[in-house]
Amino acid sequence: MASNPDTKIQGGVLGWVDARFPLSQMWNEHLAQYYAPKNFNFWYFFGSLALLVLVIQIVSGIFLTMFYKPDADLAFASVEYIMRDVEWGWLIRYMHSTGASMFFVVVYLHMFRALMYGSYKKPRELIWIFGVLIYLVLMAEAFAGYLLPWGQMSYWGAQVIVNLFQTIPYIGPDLVTWIRGDFLLSDATLTRFFALHVIALPLVLILLVAAHIIALHEVGSNNPDGINIKENKDENGIPKDGIPFHPYYSVKDLVGVGVFLMVFAVIMFFFPTGGGLFLKPDNMIPADPLVTPDLIPPVWYFTSMYSVLRSVPDPFLGVVAMGLAVVMLFFIPWLDRNPVLSMRYRSFAAKFNLGVFVVAFVILGWLGLQQATTEVSEMSLRWSTVYFGFFFLLWFLSKERSVAFSLIAFAVVVGIYTIYDILRFDPSDASLIMWSWLIPTVYLFVTMVAPAFARGLGRDRAVPERVTS
Amino acid sequence: MANQGVNRGRRRFLVAATSVVGGAGVAAVAAPFLASLQPSARAQAAGAPVEFDVSAVEPGQRVSVEWRGQPIWVVRRTDEMIAGLSEVADRLRDPDSEVESQQPAYAQNEYRSREPEILVVIGICTHLGCSPSYRPEIGDPEMGSDWQGGWLCGCHGSRFDLAGRVYRNMPAATNLVVPRHMYRTDTLLVIGEDEDGEAI
Repeated sequence: MASNPDTKIQGGVLGWVDARFPLSQMWNEHLAQYYAPKNFNFWYFFGSLALLVLVIQIVSGIFLTMFYKPDADLAFASVEYIMRDVEWGWLIRYMHSTGASMFFVVVYLHMFRALMYGSYKKPRELIWIFGVLIYLVLMAEAFAGYLLPWGQMSYWGAQVIVNLFQTIPYIGPDLVTWIRGDFLLSDATLTRFFALHVIALPLVLILLVAAHIIALHEVGSNNPDGINIKENKDENGIPKDGIPFHPYYSVKDLVGVGVFLMVFAVIMFFFPTGGGLFLKPDNMIPADPLVTPDLIPPVWYFTSMYSVLRSVPDPFLGVVAMGLAVVMLFFIPWLDRNPVLSMRYRSFAAKFNLGVFVVAFVILGWLGLQQATTEVSEMSLRWSTVYFGFFFLLWFLSKERSVAFSLIAFAVVVGIYTIYDILRFDPSDASLIMWSWLIPTVYLFVTMVAPAFARGLGRDRAVPERVTS
Repeated sequence: MANQGVNRGRRRFLVAATSVVGGAGVAAVAAPFLASLQPSARAQAAGAPVEFDVSAVEPGQRVSVEWRGQPIWVVRRTDEMIAGLSEVADRLRDPDSEVESQQPAYAQNEYRSREPEILVVIGICTHLGCSPSYRPEIGDPEMGSDWQGGWLCGCHGSRFDLAGRVYRNMPAATNLVVPRHMYRTDTLLVIGEDEDGEAI
């Protein structure tokens, strides 16, 4: 027994723990013997980076809570106090505000990765569902946090978002009063948003992240080729194309962490306001319930959804459309029935569809930051149509469609919004309505009609047996 | 444990009965938590009416008065402005103020006010609650040559005329709300109270 002291100490302490808590087992299952595909690329950094940002937000948030005062009369001044008088307070606050924006950057890239490599498809539907729930809670968390500095943008941004619920028929006004806890946005609202932001939502977030990772480790990671590595195992039952997460990917992710933290630090130290995108100048003015700032764009990560809201003239339907823009994400695993996971082996039409979706998301995001002019509303409507078209196309491109079906489906979809265009036609905006009609129509033509005639455009390629690199 | 002799019907009944009682308990505990989020007694008490002397308002001027934390606009409209009200009527969504919830009966007229020249409205957009900006200038180049004065909401672009009536095809679907108000003397305006009592 005394021959190898190292084993003895390990066996002693670790053995003692392992007999009482599955420490080694968890370490092995989730890290040392969790076999991930060997062909992860750049896009696979963002999952672990999201986890890193979560930690940054929790740590910086805990310290901000020590100095912040959740009181309508004191909140604004307490943030100034953090910025000016608390030792390194400015750093901690900028870390938290930069972290909020970086969280969304990382999560959006992470979601794009999932769309690109089909990571939402069987058997990973639940991972995707948990992921969309995380995205929803993250939005609520960011929204609640944005009210806390009690500046003009905090106040009026929250006013607009809370009033979204007012448009719900019958119960709307009472529901809004209940959410605010007052007849206007006031101290009662601030304190409950504070409670949600620092306790309730972070707890939910952490639980969802745990569920997300447990589900992932149950079915195994997808990869850029979209090939199930568990179908090719060696005699020990280990996937031939798999490598243990630790040390291979833990070390690889550390490189990503290093690069990410450099970008993070540059923003935090040199561009903490992000040119008005991350922190808005109007929010340096204390909240005034009587004066609305001239322009109230939401923070950049909400502006795409906000454009969808603005594109619909009816208030309630606008809210429904905005809600749908997020809720549609839940249905993606069941809309896209194409068996090929990765975009690498998908058709031109499928790649084009995803590419245009990204373009639509970015353009809607930009439009959401602009003053609501006729042109902006019109463009919002057109790109919102494209945004929702993406989900329809996911279903449409699930398999090769006949010429007749393609043409009829195209005519029906184009017909729907063309009829709406005719109903809302306004001679003074005639040319705008007519040329912008081409935006969704060209998109749908390329993805629906063109593959019916040039079959190569709609045909997926053969997926190899083993991962490629 | 032996499974023989188990009375399944009885077991099912006990599980159901326990679940129902437990569920009722959860609902009963949830009620006070959900109710605690309602406006407190203090918030409810803070809604007293306010008084305002309208003689200080110049023709064409808009004054914001705070009532229940909301901006109440008091505008003394010029003759030119009042003439503009009928000109825009065919471009409005509800020119005759037919949506009853948006004003008391005494403001359901072509001026949407008790006195033709004095407009009293809650300065909160009926879309999502921003406070629109005052654009009184007739023919304001930013608003179009046929603009007769009114408000533009910076948030979502809703436009209102000088009676707080919303234009067609705007995000906002209803006219600005006229609060309950009355004149205690010729010039002393009371907001939040009229002959029928205080606003709810």
